[in-house]
Amino acid sequence: MTTSNFDLAVIGGGPAGMAAASVAAERGLRTVLIDEQEYLGGQIYRSITRTPLKKRDILGTDYWRGEDLVRSFRASGATHWPSTTVWSISRELELGLSSGGKARLEKFKHVILATGAVERPTPIEGWTLPGVMGAGAAQILLKTSGMVHDGVVIAGSGPLIWLIAAQYLSAGARIEAILDTTPAGAIWRSLPALPEFLFSSYLGKGLGLLAEVRRKVKIISNVSYLRAEGDGRLQAVVYRRSGREERMSTDLLLLHTGVIPNLNLANATGCSQAWDAVQRCFRPNADSWGATSVEGVSVAGDGAGILGAEAAAYSGRTAALGALFRLERITLKDRDAIASTEQAGLRKVSRGRRFLDLIYQPSPAIPSDPTKACRCEEVTVAQIRNATAMGAVGPNQVKSFLRCGMGPCQGRLCGNTVTQVMAAERGVSPADVGYYRLRSPVKPLTLAELASMPRDESDMKAVYRN
Amino acid sequence: MFRRLRDRTATSGDVAFTIDGKLVSADAEDSVAAAALASGVLRFRTSTVSGEPRGPYCMMGVCFECLLTIDGRPNQQACMVKVRPGMRVETQSGKPSVAP
Amino acid sequence: MGRDFDIAVVGGGVVGSSIAFGLSLLGQKVVVLDEGDDATRPSRGNFALVWIQGKGLGNPQYSAWSQQSSDSWSRLATLLRDTTGIDVGFERRGGFMPAMSEDELARITAQHRKVLAQPGMPQYQFEVLDHAALSRVLPHIGPDVAGATYCPLDGHVNSLRLFRALHESMLAAGVAYRTLHRVEDIARRQGEFAMRTEKGTIRAGKVVLAAGHANAQLAPLVGLNAPIRPQRGQIIVTERVAPFLHHPILTLRQTDEGTVMIGDSLEEVGFDDRVGHGIVSTMADRAIRIFPFLADVKVVRTWAALRVMSKDGFPIYDQSETAPGAFLATCHSGVTLSAAHVLALPEMIVAGQLSEEMGVFSGRRFDVPQAA
Repeated sequence: MTTSNFDLAVIGGGPAGMAAASVAAERGLRTVLIDEQEYLGGQIYRSITRTPLKKRDILGTDYWRGEDLVRSFRASGATHWPSTTVWSISRELELGLSSGGKARLEKFKHVILATGAVERPTPIEGWTLPGVMGAGAAQILLKTSGMVHDGVVIAGSGPLIWLIAAQYLSAGARIEAILDTTPAGAIWRSLPALPEFLFSSYLGKGLGLLAEVRRKVKIISNVSYLRAEGDGRLQAVVYRRSGREERMSTDLLLLHTGVIPNLNLANATGCSQAWDAVQRCFRPNADSWGATSVEGVSVAGDGAGILGAEAAAYSGRTAALGALFRLERITLKDRDAIASTEQAGLRKVSRGRRFLDLIYQPSPAIPSDPTKACRCEEVTVAQIRNATAMGAVGPNQVKSFLRCGMGPCQGRLCGNTVTQVMAAERGVSPADVGYYRLRSPVKPLTLAELASMPRDESDMKAVYRN
Repeated sequence: MFRRLRDRTATSGDVAFTIDGKLVSADAEDSVAAAALASGVLRFRTSTVSGEPRGPYCMMGVCFECLLTIDGRPNQQACMVKVRPGMRVETQSGKPSVAP
Repeated sequence: MGRDFDIAVVGGGVVGSSIAFGLSLLGQKVVVLDEGDDATRPSRGNFALVWIQGKGLGNPQYSAWSQQSSDSWSRLATLLRDTTGIDVGFERRGGFMPAMSEDELARITAQHRKVLAQPGMPQYQFEVLDHAALSRVLPHIGPDVAGATYCPLDGHVNSLRLFRALHESMLAAGVAYRTLHRVEDIARRQGEFAMRTEKGTIRAGKVVLAAGHANAQLAPLVGLNAPIRPQRGQIIVTERVAPFLHHPILTLRQTDEGTVMIGDSLEEVGFDDRVGHGIVSTMADRAIRIFPFLADVKVVRTWAALRVMSKDGFPIYDQSETAPGAFLATCHSGVTLSAAHVLALPEMIVAGQLSEEMGVFSGRRFDVPQAA
């Protein structure tokens, strides 16, 4: 086992990762930030150091907050390993790493997982057609390559819909329509959280964004069903509103129903996870320092539970303080004293979050039967319901029966759907159904890379038996 | 069709490479997926299960839909690979051939 | 009160569901008692071989039983397809056991000859191929491969589709499948068996213990002995690639989905089903030596499964003397033996008597002889 020259590995180059690495390095831990992307920023601050967009306004003021984090990181003394994939993680904190087509193993004293969020998969019939993408994909194309698509239809629910719409308008792109699937009754359900929202920073920016987009874009509300159609590629979106079915021509459909924690690496550690009934997703169980049930593994940022970019930075710094204390670099007293500022900050930026979570709470409705729940292996909702009716109790059984979750994406786009479909079919909470058990490799790597890992006599004896 | 905003920094149009033999011009920081989309290629491959057409979905390395053969190596996540001059990119049909 | 079922099968893996399906085809009212999603489930992890060559050293009857199963396997495949519409992809075109050196080739050849020379051993055809002969059959085989032994009786199947087909078949045949029904105790009263489970007691006229690892604890409840232990095997699975390999090689095969399965290890680590880098590295390296062009193919999954291994590696089939009507079946080749478990074993269970040839598989062979 190769012991790393670094004490702490922070995985993920977004706000939580950058903030965690900065604090840890500033306070004396030999820290490396490992990221599979080439540039810092993660997804929320994607391309913040390299965006080709000249007009800063296009992306909005929140985006440029990320620059401070990059600056702090670069000044902190932490090392940056870009374009490096983490493909395994053990309970002994040994990471399997791969960069430039070469794999290696390194053992750390502490690991902070800041792997952020992924878009909640939004399966609809026809969603595998070229021309259907997640809203986040369009944001990446805008930020990283200065590309837009006129005539886009944006469908779903959640703050990001309004953000990407505003960014597109700012860039001068034409939006065909927004199909808002937020259910009519949402406002009533979220009323109890409204007062706190009114005093939060979300209010100002939220309402401003909304107002501008509402003025300039056709918005169709209370959409209850979506279907993508086309021959070989997307050509139209079919939707239902007030019992009527309508069709709208388009070449690009962006789907979005919120974001969920990027779980695969946390899951691979074997740490305990819990179902979040409001955000309808699994998240790792963690204490207020981000410590999971696995000693030496902490989580921070959206990867621990969706709180947004600003909160992610506070969360990252708190996790770093937890690690510093665990590795005996600061005293309990100092840890708590410094953390109290972070916690106050976290509370402030989280104010109003609950309202947003409730109003944009994803629908518990499961997709229609013909919808492909698993894109890689093309397994439909009907097949999963059928397997459940025949006695499969959890996603690992259904995986064996139907191959869902066995494709290259390793359950990233189907895990949440499969669990919810099974829960609905069984009439239990998703918490009772559980999630895929995910193992190494967390990202695919070549046989040659795996073959380059060290092996000893006992390994050879266990494999070569003639 | 995706189009480029005109008002971008001067790393535009620097990189020339081919997709299925056709010459394509890209910005220096483009991922292969972004450059392909910008050049009008929407269908990157056909699925290994049913043969249906597939294209990029997430652009961040999560969905594994944007798989292209790059310089002879199949199943590369095009959204995670940066364009290089002279790169040879090919769209894929079903399961890629690996035996010589 | 009347009993609920004719036969209860404890265990819903490939062994249990095969037996249950076979029993229901004979008109029996069957219930299968299975655990939950997080059970050990060795059946989920197998190499899907329907394999004959090399088996039976020290127990020719094992080879006979395996050959009988292999010979009836296409009947099983047809039956499953007719019942469920699922084609389990059974192919018997022969298989190869590779040797990575001349020494190894000599060793495995000698081993085969030794197996076939045993008294009472049912003969099978086998060929020894050197590198040149092998590369005519398997083009692109790596230069490191000295040769292989080939047996035309070897084959493979799509194991996940098999498992699904067996499950659907038994349901279609009227078997009651009870999940989350881990059996805690078995009592025999008034000529029937009462299985106490997490979710209540199930009563049946007979019981078949096909519970894999749990058989070790359950066997004594009916006066039987099943000394088994977990034996870990690790497997690598790649992304789907265009077909290049149409015969299983003992440690490497291409599935009909195009994925390449690479194995395997034999490890005594208790119930630890984690994957280890060293073993995976060794298997990956060997795979590349067998087919060098696989070097750039990507690995999508690795997993480990716990074989249900008896002391001598042979199956245990038993029937209880103290609790007549209680049977036990355990093996680590559940896929090869699936046909026999559907088409041959159930008759014996219904008749209440395992055939004479099955005597060598009784758990009594492990009993310590009494001191004189």
